Amino acid sequence: MNFPLESSGMLAVLVAGFFFGYFLEVSGLGSPRKLTAQFTLRDWSVFKVMFTAIVVAAAGLWLFDVIGWLRFDALKIQTTFFWAMAIGGALLGAGMAIGGYCPGTSVVGLFTGRVDALVFMLGMLIGTTLFAANFKALQGIYMAAQGPKGQTLAALTGLPTWLILLSLAGLAFAGFRLGAWFENRDGGAISAGELSE
Amino acid sequence: MDDRQAQNFWPPLAAGIGLGLALMAMFLFTGHGLGANGFFTRTVVWLSDIANPVWAEVNAYFKPYLGKGHPLNEWISWEIIGVALGALVGSLTARRFQWKIERGPRTGVPARLALALGGGVLTGFGAPLARGCTSGLGLSGGATLAVAAFVFLIAFFSAGLFLSALTRRIWQ
Repeated sequence: MNFPLESSGMLAVLVAGFFFGYFLEVSGLGSPRKLTAQFTLRDWSVFKVMFTAIVVAAAGLWLFDVIGWLRFDALKIQTTFFWAMAIGGALLGAGMAIGGYCPGTSVVGLFTGRVDALVFMLGMLIGTTLFAANFKALQGIYMAAQGPKGQTLAALTGLPTWLILLSLAGLAFAGFRLGAWFENRDGGAISAGELSE
Repeated sequence: MDDRQAQNFWPPLAAGIGLGLALMAMFLFTGHGLGANGFFTRTVVWLSDIANPVWAEVNAYFKPYLGKGHPLNEWISWEIIGVALGALVGSLTARRFQWKIERGPRTGVPARLALALGGGVLTGFGAPLARGCTSGLGLSGGATLAVAAFVFLIAFFSAGLFLSALTRRIWQ
């Protein structure tokens, strides 16, 4: 075996997308009330689902690399552009707190019957048009503080990957514990029944 | 509705493991992770090229995308079709599908739609700036342990927590 197979087969992508949408839906992340409740600390589903997925996928890819079935350097690893990613990330956090979705969850929201998700999508098309129209003026921020090509946490810290994975798993565990405390205090995570009332 | 109640959501741990395995499979097959915002970027390029080709063709941000034709030529469009089907199957089989404008108890419909539009504009501007969204940069970048992903995620959660002090009345 020599992963990645680098197949651009549309069927494989469609199937992976199907499970992406399915698992977001079953965890309730198509609901803007559930998504924004993460930021009020009432419902920790966003953190729990995201960090579990990151740890599982990262550990899996690392294992494939260790047994020699994966060329890790052939994977797409984004390069840091510090200010663009920090400001862009903050804008997405603000967009979710105000609008109730991010790009992926808006698709899930629409296909679970939420009409407000369609309006959010329309807003995204407007926002991206504004970004493109001002792209020249934004070049300075867009390119500022570029990091080393495809830098990982292991490369940044000099620590072995297994230790980084262990730390992230520890962070996820702490988030689960902290989340449970907040959720118990505020009457539990938001249920499907509560949303359909 | 009473005898056919919506099933509750999965525990986050179980759903997160499933999502992580789907993400890993995506990397193994294609070399890249899952995304979402790329679809909307491609749609904007395609619509702009129809509405105002003179403007679109000199735009520096659009340049790498032009000449690729219809968005359906891109893998990310097929992935989004999959996301839509997955969400539909998940919500229908658990009887959670419901046409609605989801909003907090104190927020009217016009206000909710205006907020959805405004939040969408911020997101549509922020995602191309960050070179990715919560899925494409946060989740998929996180799986490769990219520093970029954690810069993004820390900013994302910080801004969300900060702003929720102002927006919690909209939702609760």
